[in-house]
Amino acid sequence: MQERGRDDLTSVGGPVLSAVEGTRALLRNNALNITTFIIVSLIKTVLALFVLLTAVAYTVWLERKVVGHMQNRWGPTRVGPFGLLQPLADGVKFLFKEDLTPPHVYKPLYIAAPMIAVIFALTSIAVIPVGNSITLGSLHIPLQITDVNIGLLIILGVTSLGVYGVALAGWSSNSKYSLLGGLRASAQMISYEISLGLSLVGVLMLTGSFSLRDIVDTQGGTFWGFIPRWNIFYGGQFIAFFIYLISAYAETNRIPFDLPEAETELVAGYHTEYSAMKFAMFFMAEYANMITVAAVASLLFLGGWHGPVVGPPILRALLPVFWFVLRIFGFLFVYIWVRGTLPRFRYDQLMAFGWKFLLPLAIANLLVTALVVALRA
Amino acid sequence: MTHLIIFLFFGALCLAGAVNLLVQRHPINSALSLVVVMGSLAVEYLLLGAEFVAAVQVIVYAGAVMVLFVFVIMLLNAGEEVRTKGSRVAMLFGIPGMLVGSALVGWVLIERTGSQTVAAGALPGAPRTIGWLLFHNFLLPFEVTSILVLIAIMGAVVLASHPDTDSGKKKS
Amino acid sequence: MPQNYVPIFIFIAFIGILIPVTLLAAKLVRPDNPSKSKLMPYECGIDPVDSSRGRYTVRYYIVAILFVVFDVETIFLFPWAVQFKALGVFGLIEMLIFLLILVVGYIWIWKKGALEWV
Repeated sequence: MQERGRDDLTSVGGPVLSAVEGTRALLRNNALNITTFIIVSLIKTVLALFVLLTAVAYTVWLERKVVGHMQNRWGPTRVGPFGLLQPLADGVKFLFKEDLTPPHVYKPLYIAAPMIAVIFALTSIAVIPVGNSITLGSLHIPLQITDVNIGLLIILGVTSLGVYGVALAGWSSNSKYSLLGGLRASAQMISYEISLGLSLVGVLMLTGSFSLRDIVDTQGGTFWGFIPRWNIFYGGQFIAFFIYLISAYAETNRIPFDLPEAETELVAGYHTEYSAMKFAMFFMAEYANMITVAAVASLLFLGGWHGPVVGPPILRALLPVFWFVLRIFGFLFVYIWVRGTLPRFRYDQLMAFGWKFLLPLAIANLLVTALVVALRA
Repeated sequence: MTHLIIFLFFGALCLAGAVNLLVQRHPINSALSLVVVMGSLAVEYLLLGAEFVAAVQVIVYAGAVMVLFVFVIMLLNAGEEVRTKGSRVAMLFGIPGMLVGSALVGWVLIERTGSQTVAAGALPGAPRTIGWLLFHNFLLPFEVTSILVLIAIMGAVVLASHPDTDSGKKKS
Repeated sequence: MPQNYVPIFIFIAFIGILIPVTLLAAKLVRPDNPSKSKLMPYECGIDPVDSSRGRYTVRYYIVAILFVVFDVETIFLFPWAVQFKALGVFGLIEMLIFLLILVVGYIWIWKKGALEWV
């Protein structure tokens, strides 16, 4: 589904951008350059959001379909061929459902919490590159909203701010299940944030930059003739990769770490009291976070968009995007696979695993990486 | 121009957050106002070119310290504060004191720097620069920091753990 | 350099408008007929017992405060890591000392039982 979104990106972006380019040639002064810059950014923002939200909707479809088949069911089949229009139907349903705001909630934060969650979940996409760059006329446009020096830190920052959405939702709902779910979720998220941060240190040592584009660029080529020079192989970040993946599963509150939403004990956790569109926002935030995790894992450990590239220039520009989307799809599939396979942890097991196993392992991994890098230099 | 607009906007947001922090009566509103203050400060750092400091401001202050605050408010179920008239001493000395203090700070700042301004992004603040400065020029302070962090770990655990009285409380 | 960051603010401003507008749009089209039992706190069908606002275990507080401390430690590792190749073996020894002191603290809290949940 993401592939379809990418096609839209080029077909819609092309004419608009050449129009911008035309105006730019007409009036050459400094003020217009800023205008061009802002217009290009706005167009990129709209396209990226459109693609991301479509991807979110179809990840939900994919999850229902795959888990369905794993459990000998069909998953959605009724709306459209293979149930492909199901996300649309779901969206319409969310819009038209009655939205209850119970009188016992603390209203300002009850309304703000889902918005906080979804805004911070979506923001990460602003610094994630999806491919090299395309050239339209004389305008050279990187396939990324913006490349900044501290891209990775911005992703970590908005992830750490995402805790507020969950914590405030649990607190403001003023219900036992919500509060417990919110507390559990935020304690779990902050615990695993440390091992997540530490697992990235090895990659930073190898690449020497926080810019996600730089990190991908250092992973091009092969070594020993045929093995791709990805960080997971060449840098020996195999363990770091798994630490990252496990911590990210806990950060996104997914099985086997979905204790905040453990329905057998907490109903639905922090969003028990939410309905309709506000509930949909938490849902969107969770899936957008999954996509971010998949994208970051591909960029940092699996070489981003590197892959065999052949053919005419337009194909050369778009094939990397395809390879990148393929990796993201792979990660999302693993997410769903794990959900269909593993049972849930107990809360003390979860905490012990994070603090007593992942944390020392991450520190050991970074020391070994430091030694290897120092010896290699 | 864009930079000036961003600077003024986030400066105003920062001040508004700080005032709101004092005015609000519910602790959780005050804590969230403080998050807004931290966030807008981070943007101001970014404008100066201090990229790494801005990121640290968000990750550590807004994303960790304030989460701790919100956690404590959630755990203790802190309610709304009762509004009192305030003490007369505070009124008599506090307000003039605050005015004199801020005038003094403003005067010193103007005296020291005049009307000089710094161009946006002029200061060296890229992560690599910070890394070099921190691990080369300021090595001793950095190592001393580790002892500070060690003391913080121990202090936190000693203050918070009361194994004997813990059993009566709600668990989850 | 700060010009690179402007698109991020544009992005945040855009979704900051889009999301509330979506919520308002939903308000216009959805039905609204609440009743007493719909608005009760959800407790699996029975009437709610006891207030939801209680005091909860101090464990959560310990986790949060340990998180703050270790987060600061991680932040110190980041600029070191990106500059590691230039700092060389000297940088490695610096960081070893830093981590050694912290690992002592880590072992101490483990022995003290602060990492046990129950």
